[in-house]
Formats: sequence, structure tokens, C-alpha cells
Amino acid sequence: MKGNDAIGEGAVRAGCRYFFGYPITPQSELTHYLAKRLPEVGGLFLQAESEVASINMVYGASAAGARVMTSSSGPGISLMQEGLSYLAGAELPCVVVNMMRGGPGLGNIAPSQADYFQATKGGGHGDYRLIVLAPNSVQELFDMMLKAFDLADKYRNPVMVMADGIMGQMMEPVIIRDEYEVQIPPKPWAATGMAYHEGKNLINSCYVIPDEMEIHNLELQKKYNEIRPREQVCEDFMLEGAEVVLVAFGTASRICMKVVEKARDKGIPVGLIRPITLWPFPEKYIGEAAGGDKIFLTVEMNMGQMIEDVKLAVNGKAPVYHYGRLGGILPDARDVLTEVERLYRGGGAR
Amino acid sequence: MKKMFSRPKSLKDIPFHYCPGCTHGIAHRLVAEVIDELDIRGTTIGVGSVGCSFSTISYFDIDMLQGSHGRGPAVATGLKRVLPDRVVFTYQGDGDLAAIGTGEFIHAATRGENITCIYINNAVYGMTGGQMAPTTLLGQKTKTTPFGRDKDVSGFPIKVCEILTPLEGAAYVARVALHNPKSIIKAKKSIKKAFEIQIKGLGFSLVELLSTCPTNWGMSPLEAVKWLEEKMIPYYPLGEYKTCGGGDL
Repeated sequence: MKGNDAIGEGAVRAGCRYFFGYPITPQSELTHYLAKRLPEVGGLFLQAESEVASINMVYGASAAGARVMTSSSGPGISLMQEGLSYLAGAELPCVVVNMMRGGPGLGNIAPSQADYFQATKGGGHGDYRLIVLAPNSVQELFDMMLKAFDLADKYRNPVMVMADGIMGQMMEPVIIRDEYEVQIPPKPWAATGMAYHEGKNLINSCYVIPDEMEIHNLELQKKYNEIRPREQVCEDFMLEGAEVVLVAFGTASRICMKVVEKARDKGIPVGLIRPITLWPFPEKYIGEAAGGDKIFLTVEMNMGQMIEDVKLAVNGKAPVYHYGRLGGILPDARDVLTEVERLYRGGGAR
Repeated sequence: MKKMFSRPKSLKDIPFHYCPGCTHGIAHRLVAEVIDELDIRGTTIGVGSVGCSFSTISYFDIDMLQGSHGRGPAVATGLKRVLPDRVVFTYQGDGDLAAIGTGEFIHAATRGENITCIYINNAVYGMTGGQMAPTTLLGQKTKTTPFGRDKDVSGFPIKVCEILTPLEGAAYVARVALHNPKSIIKAKKSIKKAFEIQIKGLGFSLVELLSTCPTNWGMSPLEAVKWLEEKMIPYYPLGEYKTCGGGDL
């Protein structure tokens, strides 16, 4: 399956029946897939007039209690930031896929990881968090859509699935688990009309009185503080005995697996930690891995964004360096290996 | 004894925050009375907006959503597509609908989205303190047009009903005013018709209500009513611009 198709099929299997979106490369195949697939299962695909409208349609559909999603890339995701802030503020579940492309500005349509800050640190206004998932294979794109909708409903929070152009275009075998049972929790809070529940339901992020606004914010923070320790997910690769620890997500993590193998062949003890959730960031695991005389190297398709979270997790226990390529260029495993060797031999910061 | 007049069930018993002479309160009441009379309180969901009307979400005693600035028709689209058997309306001012939200109402109308927009046109931004609205009349003084709106600087006031009329998806488009009892009775009939057209599934409906803002116009309530009649109505002619189904007013 092609990555973009796997996302679409994963969403359908997760019980998502509504998609509102606007075309943008490199995620357009996902919209093509869902435009055909959703009507087959009694769902709705609606092409909106803009990403601004798309995310607000998502807001309306989510408020009505539906499993709903949208997808976009770079500039389109930027346009959705106000809506994401409203969704987070009103505690509405939804899934947003970002097939990251090169930026800033119009940038290009080549793969990038430069939207890490935007996704994990806010993007929109106010104190809020998105749950951010970072798959690195087509199988994971499929599986993560199932997980994303469950997390969104569980915490009544928007979830972002972050991949890049390569992941969307890549073809890999996907095992579709038939036994997966969709369990959409009841949504007694949904605005479905007063005839359908007790009293008045209000979907809102506006609290004019500062005391009430603070209480709402504290409640949101309480939720984020529950999510933070509970939902951190990462995996490691040949971490045993590693003295150089690579940290990479998505496409960059696949390149790093190759780097680790090549380095081990050369006798350099290298391992990899791959964050699968970018928020909450797997700070506990990375923090515990940092000890002894280890060196950390983040490999990102940006100028150094995740490195800030790695540094916070490592908390001064080890030096943390960054290697990145920009503009849609993939890090070359040989170049990363050269950097690993340099650091291993005491090269330090450039 | 027969009770002749009372608060509509669809309005909460809390005081409005609106200034003296503002017609938002009348507009709220008309919408609430229509919801009561059509007996759709349990199946109607409203979408609030940003501006003076942000509190509609608290005032209406029905399920409500707070929409972001100008995006009400998009929010209502998502809601209505999931719950096609419910009655969904937006309540938006002229800054919300006719400036920042221009894309959303036009495209909701072109899609023939089965929703109703209640659109308050008072020719000024109220909440932010009296700045020029897209509907501010030529020569009208506001905080951001201190010498009067100049067409060479700010262009011309936007006529929403006239824009919507040729769109095939728009089923009902009407402009009414809230400056005297006769007009208010007509306005209510228009709102009712818009809701009925939605219930029949005929397409997009919008009722523009010419309204007063004495505070930001710098007038007494009585002067404001007179100004609406003498200045606004000639530029924004009243009437049903388009109606598909249902009788005449």
C-alpha cells in the first residue's frame, strides 16, 4: 500500500466517517483515497474552500460527536492553527495528518521535519497541547490512525499524525488486522440537540471572566499532566552498550538504523532511540538512557528542533549534538556515519 | 387570567450585556420565539460568533457552539453534515460574516448547505470599540474612518444579500430591519421562513437584520433608529431577494 492510502484505510477502520480537507501536495493521494472510500462505508468526504474552513468543519463535526479528520501539509497546517487552538480549548477530539514539506513560506513539496516545533510546542495561541504521533513505516501509518482516534476520544483532544512526503508516497506491505474492534466511547457532552441529552450542551473555549478562564486552563493542564507520563512511547534499536545514542523520528529514524548497523560493523558502539510520540515526548526513557559517558546525536530533517526536547530529557547528563539536512534533502547515512565517527573520537561541537 | 407575553423558552433568564438601544436583544428574542413556535428547541443547535454577539452561546437555551471569527458557516457545515435532521443556525455580525468570514458564507451558500445564517448588519464593529465595518456607509465616521469612510481609501460597503442572490445554492435571502414594530414583525416572519426552508431541506438561507449601535454611532437610541431608517435602508434596500418554496411574507 502507498502511505497516503494506508492512512485513509486506517482512518476508515478506526471508524472515522467524516473528512473535510483542501488539496495540497504531498498529501493529495490521501484525499483521493478517502473521496472514493468514505462513501462506500456511508461516510462523507467534503472538499472545503480552504484549510481554514476545513478545520472549522472538523470542529463542527467533532462537536456533533463524530469521528472526524483532516489532513494537509506545511502552509495548510499553518492556516489550521487557530482552529486547532479552538479544538484544544473546547476539548474536541479529532485527528489531523501533517505530511510535512519544506518551508518556511511556500517552501517546496519535498520531505521535511521542520514542523516539529509547530506541532509539539503549540502552533496556535494559548496554553494547549496536541498529542503528536510520528510513524516511520506504512504499517505504522495504518496502525497509528487507529491509535490516534482512540487517543483523541480518550482525552477529548486533537491528535496530530506527523509524517513527511516520503512516508506518504512510499509503498510497503501492510497487514490489516481484521480483529480490530472499533470502540467509540459515548459522548454525552456532544451538541446534538437538547432532545438527545439532559440539559444544554455548550461547546466553548471562551471564558470572559479571568477566574473562570484560569480554572479552565488548570483543568486542561491537569489533563496534559495525565497524558504526559502515561502516553510516552518510543523504541530503541541496538541500544545495548551504545556510547553514541542517535535520536531520530520518522524517515530520519530509518536512515539512522542503517547508520547504527554500519557503525557497529566498524566497531563503534552506536544505538538509536526513536520517539514514536513527539508529544508527550519520551523524556523518561531518554533521561534514563543518558548516563555514563554517552554522547547524544539527534538526526533531523530540520535545523535542530527535537534536540531541545532531547536536551531537556538528558538534563545535562550528556552532551547532545544535532545533524540535519534541509530543503527536502534526506540525511545520507554515510554523512551521518562520518559525523558519528567524528563525535566518537572526541570531535565535539562544530 | 391569560398570560399574553413572556420570555421565550429558548432564551435563558439572564440579563443581556448589550448597550441601551442596541437591537441585538430584539434579534435574539425573535430567533428564540421562532424556535419555540416551530417547536424545534430540542433539535436546534446554534453556532455563536466573535464580536458583540459572542454571548449568544450563553443566552440561547439550546445546544450551542462557540465558533471562531467568521467561520460560523464552516462550523455549521460540519455539524449539519453529521446531524442532517437537526436545525442548525449561525448568529453573526457584519465584521464576522462580511469581513473575515466572507469565504465561509459564500461557499456554504454555493454548496447549498442546509443551514440558516442570522446576520446582524449595524454598519460598525461594536465589540472592539467602533471601528469601520465592511458595511460602514460612505461618509460614516468610525474610529478608523475619523473623517468619514472614503471610497478611495476603504472602498464601498458590502451588500451581502445582493452577493448571495445569484448563487444557485442559496434558497432564501432576505433583508429586514429592526427599527420599528412593523419591521420587527416582518423580521420575525423572515427568520421563521428561513428556518422552515431549512427544515424542508431546500438549501442555504440567510436573513440580514439591519440593526442599531447607538454607542458606537455616537447617538441616542432614538437618533439611531432614525439614522437606520434614513441612511441605512436607502443603501441596503429591504425585502426578500430570493425565496424557494413557502409563501410570500
